Amino acid sequence: MPRLHWEDFTPGQIAECGSRLITRAEIIAFAAEYDPQPMHLDEAAARANLFGGLVASGWHSCCILMRMLTDDFIGDASFMGAPGVEEVNWLAPVRPGERIKARATVLETRASRSRPDVGFVKFRFELVNATDQPVMTLIVSPMFGRRAPDSARGRGPKAASER
Amino acid sequence: MKFFEDIGVGEISDIGRHTFTAEDIKAFATRFDPRPFHLDEALAARSQFGRLCASGWHTACVWMRLLIDFHRREDEGRRARGEAVAQLGPSPGFRDLKWLKPVYVGDTISYATEVVETRPLSSRPDWGMISVRNTGVNQHGEPVMSFISSVLVECREPEARRP
Repeated sequence: MPRLHWEDFTPGQIAECGSRLITRAEIIAFAAEYDPQPMHLDEAAARANLFGGLVASGWHSCCILMRMLTDDFIGDASFMGAPGVEEVNWLAPVRPGERIKARATVLETRASRSRPDVGFVKFRFELVNATDQPVMTLIVSPMFGRRAPDSARGRGPKAASER
Repeated sequence: MKFFEDIGVGEISDIGRHTFTAEDIKAFATRFDPRPFHLDEALAARSQFGRLCASGWHTACVWMRLLIDFHRREDEGRRARGEAVAQLGPSPGFRDLKWLKPVYVGDTISYATEVVETRPLSSRPDWGMISVRNTGVNQHGEPVMSFISSVLVECREPEARRP
């Protein structure tokens, strides 16, 4: 697979980024370390909560998505990280034994004004369950290296003058 | 947890602090964010960060852990005084997460929360929604992380709020 650069992303593109089976053991292990609430730790206690059973910490879902993207998406890209995350929505619980898939949609691309070798790509990442129901969305604008920083590549006078 | 009615905008809580060791930076990164500057001192020295530093997700997950521990301590105090304790509900998500500075090995991050909004829920009269600005500051007083999260909190007297 060719190494992806900023120029390879265009708004509207959709990519599948792998899938994972979420186990009870890993839900509990994550919660014991980072989010020790009964709904993430203990099946019996979780039955009394709003979800009626054990569910993964939302932060665990973020971390699983990060790992899926590293393994199956940005591993081949000139990915340079993100200075933050615009929004995360936890839409539905992730339960033990569920298989979740990650999907990326490119929302927008933007050249960096200060660094001609870098561009931003704004994504909406979705985690969806086996019935294709979104369980989490995450909007983030990571930086990618540019393949041809010195050429305006027909992006027009505005893009050229920004640099 | 305080009941929804007892929580006011502007309320600030120091929830605790955490020192990031090389072992826990690497252990987190190995599972969720395996990139060279989170995994290996020598590779980190050659990266843009210059030194081993924590995954931004790690910095955020430690906030979650400290918040749960903080509420647990507070609740113990309330129970000892014979006061009722409110349930902390699920969170719909967060926004504007910013990783402002790297968290390097050996850094001690102090975390705080500030209530920025409280909103009753017409759809769920037993619960209210609060929004909180969460921050992490290092031992030099430099902010390293901030974000705004929302969470449901149990109401003391749901009937009383109904029009």
